[in-house]
Amino acid sequence: MAMLDIDNLHAKIEGEDGKEILKGLSLKVNPGEVHAIMGPNGSGKSTLSYILAGKEDYEVTEGSVTLDGEDLLEMAIDERAAKGVFLAFQYPIEVPGVATMTFLRSALNAQRKKRGEEEISTPDFLRLVKDKAAGLGISQDMLKRGVNVGFSGGEKKRAEILQMAVLEPKIAILDETDSGLDIDALKIVSEGVNALRSPERGMIVITHYQRLLNHIVPDFVHVMHKGRIVRSGGKELALELEANGYAEYQQDAA
Amino acid sequence: MPAVQETVEQVRSIDVDQYKYGFFTDIESEKAPKGLDEDTVRFISAKKGEPEWLLEWRLDAFRRWQTMQEPKWARVDYPPIPYQELYYYSAPKQKAAKSIDEIDPEILATYEKLGIPLRERDALLGIESTGGEGSGKARVAVDAVFDSVSVATTFKEELAKAGVIFMPISEAVREHPELVRKYLGSVVPVTDNFFATLNSAVFSDGSFVYVPKGVRCPMELSTYFRINERNTGQFERTLIIADEGSYVSYLEGCTAPMRDENQLHAAVVELVALADAEIKYSTVQNWYPGDSEGKGGIFNFVTKRGDCRGDRSKISWTQVETGSAITWKYPSCILRGDESQGEFYSIAISNGRQQVDSGTKMIHLGKNTSSRIISKGIAAGRSDNTYRGLVSAHRKATGARNFTNCDSLLIGDQCGAHTVPYIESKNATAHFEHEATTSKISEDQLFYCQQRGLDPEEATALIVNGFVKDVLQQLPMEFAVEAQKLISVSLEGSVG
Repeated sequence: MAMLDIDNLHAKIEGEDGKEILKGLSLKVNPGEVHAIMGPNGSGKSTLSYILAGKEDYEVTEGSVTLDGEDLLEMAIDERAAKGVFLAFQYPIEVPGVATMTFLRSALNAQRKKRGEEEISTPDFLRLVKDKAAGLGISQDMLKRGVNVGFSGGEKKRAEILQMAVLEPKIAILDETDSGLDIDALKIVSEGVNALRSPERGMIVITHYQRLLNHIVPDFVHVMHKGRIVRSGGKELALELEANGYAEYQQDAA
Repeated sequence: MPAVQETVEQVRSIDVDQYKYGFFTDIESEKAPKGLDEDTVRFISAKKGEPEWLLEWRLDAFRRWQTMQEPKWARVDYPPIPYQELYYYSAPKQKAAKSIDEIDPEILATYEKLGIPLRERDALLGIESTGGEGSGKARVAVDAVFDSVSVATTFKEELAKAGVIFMPISEAVREHPELVRKYLGSVVPVTDNFFATLNSAVFSDGSFVYVPKGVRCPMELSTYFRINERNTGQFERTLIIADEGSYVSYLEGCTAPMRDENQLHAAVVELVALADAEIKYSTVQNWYPGDSEGKGGIFNFVTKRGDCRGDRSKISWTQVETGSAITWKYPSCILRGDESQGEFYSIAISNGRQQVDSGTKMIHLGKNTSSRIISKGIAAGRSDNTYRGLVSAHRKATGARNFTNCDSLLIGDQCGAHTVPYIESKNATAHFEHEATTSKISEDQLFYCQQRGLDPEEATALIVNGFVKDVLQQLPMEFAVEAQKLISVSLEGSVG
């Protein structure tokens, strides 16, 4: 059994005549694997990430998702987080007045508590954040500022990766992490992500462009279109997409 | 943030309709006959053994009050207050205690339950500063007011050594009549408004503070108000005078039992800062707010005003308002002295059916005066939360400056936040700035925090604590954590 097992997932936007966005999507992710999901705009990539995280604007109409055999769809958002689901947001949200440091510590301790673990001690926490922040080029000053408030696009993405590094998830979903990054920022973020690759951790990297995959080299590439995975392959599939674009899939569908 | 965790645990242990301080102390009390007439005023004055001038002052106020109308301009809606059905004086039946050991154990137990240590020994051990390791224990002198009388004042002797007078106002009338007579009603005149005039007629007790020239008060002073009796109004009167070059920080706290009927609280607080003096006045108001359907709760009609009478004086109000069914309260500063400064920092939280109409007045009279207003209103449940503020510059107030920032946060879609600023400038050199925002805790913020592992209540507490941070920082350290907890408790049941 795969660590994360998505089977024939159908989902629509909540409401009477909500549009169906996922139409029978299946994907298995094992520990240590990095899966890239590529696809044109509107293919349902971000929706998939929201549904895995538990956002309430969607309704699953068919299919299942399990994490280590447990029904993920039954769990509350924070419960999923404590079980090890992490979503790096395409557009990280601002929380004014709450220092990044405070936010991280609250989140980490909330997760630990739910898992029945002790809260982390202050010195251990400070050491942990300091180590991880240095690698991502995040200054102490940034850690004192409100979460994502006044951060540049690149800083926001780095802060997301820092959160991931501190929370050490089992399954990390990176939603368009490369959007809005210049080449230097892209490098820093990718190195941060690569440092977090481990035999115990699975990753789903959602991206529109191939360039991110030059830096975060995936084990598998999937092409998503109209709410389903229409083709899967190795990392070379990304290069093929870069050369030919998504036109052939869009034609098929038309 | 450990405080957030703590808060949330506290919130969990409490039910929506359970007000933590809602217990009632069963104790025999002596009351004035029900209702209000000249005899009631004479009764109170006689109970306090007051001099003739004060009785006359009260009677004059009472006669005026009878000709006055209750103000109707605030955005609050409440049933008529049955003034003749209330008791205007209630005191625990006991002779004045000479020392703490003579106080009725029931009353001591009440304050203990409220977390207010009245024994100095306990006070030394009790309140730990939260400023991290090594910052030691903070000492706070407490005046405890139970219904209409002060039952204990701690650290009086030690304060006296520094020359600081800290005692119930009823005692100050006897021991320092010259000071009381000089300053009482000098900031909030008897004629000021309906509720202040009522207070002038029937005020029972409250605290009196005098800090002599050049003295920095060696500890925080605080008064803890408790309404216990049924159908009893509390009308306390506080008078604080900071003489030239002195400094004092003062805190008041308030709670009341849960009752189905409404209770009236109409206090007057007067502050006088002479040249180069500074007064910092903080309030954590947690009167019983009523249940989630709006039954019961305190009607809180309070007049608080500070007079920066001397040059370069400074008065700073900080308030955390979480209780009361109705709040009508505008702590203000009269910036009379040149280069004087006024500050108002406020967090007003309403939940359930609470109605808050609160704000401040900054009256610039002297030259080069400055004021600062930071107001954070948080509305949840089906409550209404209004900021009402006046900033004015007199014709001679050259170089007056004000900065105002009013932020409102809405939780849910059945509450209301309103901002009513009045700005009047009669001097062309005045420089007034006003910023206001209204926001909602967004679904996105909640989702983001929850995705990181916080449950909905923890997420809300964290977001709200971030919203009020600027104001919390103004509170004395010992009370900031307390206030932070209170905020989360007040928001209990506001999510989902």
